[in-house]
Amino acid sequence: MPMKITNEIKDNTIIMTLDGELDASSSVMLDEELSDPEIMEYSKILVDCKNLHYISSAGLGVFISHLQRFEDAQIKLIFYNMQDKVRNVFEILGLDLLMTIVSDYEEARSIANE
Amino acid sequence: MNNSIRVNCTKKNLKTIRDFVTEYLHALSLTDILMNQIVLAVDEICANLIIHANHEDPKKHIVLTISQAKDMLQFKISDEGLAFERANYKEPDIEENIRLGKKGGVGIALVNRIMDKVEFQSDGSQNTCILHKKIK
Repeated sequence: MPMKITNEIKDNTIIMTLDGELDASSSVMLDEELSDPEIMEYSKILVDCKNLHYISSAGLGVFISHLQRFEDAQIKLIFYNMQDKVRNVFEILGLDLLMTIVSDYEEARSIANE
Repeated sequence: MNNSIRVNCTKKNLKTIRDFVTEYLHALSLTDILMNQIVLAVDEICANLIIHANHEDPKKHIVLTISQAKDMLQFKISDEGLAFERANYKEPDIEENIRLGKKGGVGIALVNRIMDKVEFQSDGSQNTCILHKKIK
């Protein structure tokens, strides 16, 4: 199953829904999406991971490579609805301490508005 | 049960390899997290071989063979590309990767942390990576 990425815009927020598996093949698409200059016009990116069934180092690497740029531009990147097995991969590298991962949309929304 | 698969070196085949490993492990009733970790470690090695050792050349192949002895799983992955040079490997500093906006370099760290033992062998033309994982 190829990766499907859907963006929904709400005011100054992008809600990015990931559907599928992020591996060395499909993560190229995510990188293109996050490299789009238009994304810098928003102050919050909320990533819905409910249907993200798999992530490899290539997928993690895409997020790692954009993190500093978003932080410098004061764009908040928040992951939510993450499956335990996917969250575990972030935890193995300690990325759960360096990125914002919360349980659901309401919590993501409230942290985004802090 | 078939315990071996041979695919050519395209990134699209990573999904084929993951499905093969998942199907093999299915009978072992592992937890979701453990199953995913094992599939991930094999995927990371295969991705490295396909992309770095064989430059995504579809004329080249990798072979994965899975075997089990008691509670020990073994994954043997062979290719004929450039050998992995363990001496040159450095554990990544994730915070530095973030600062530098670096995309790669965390795959082998995942494999090392997931597997109980990781071996690389090379006899000149053929390279073999062997992953060992205790499951109970």
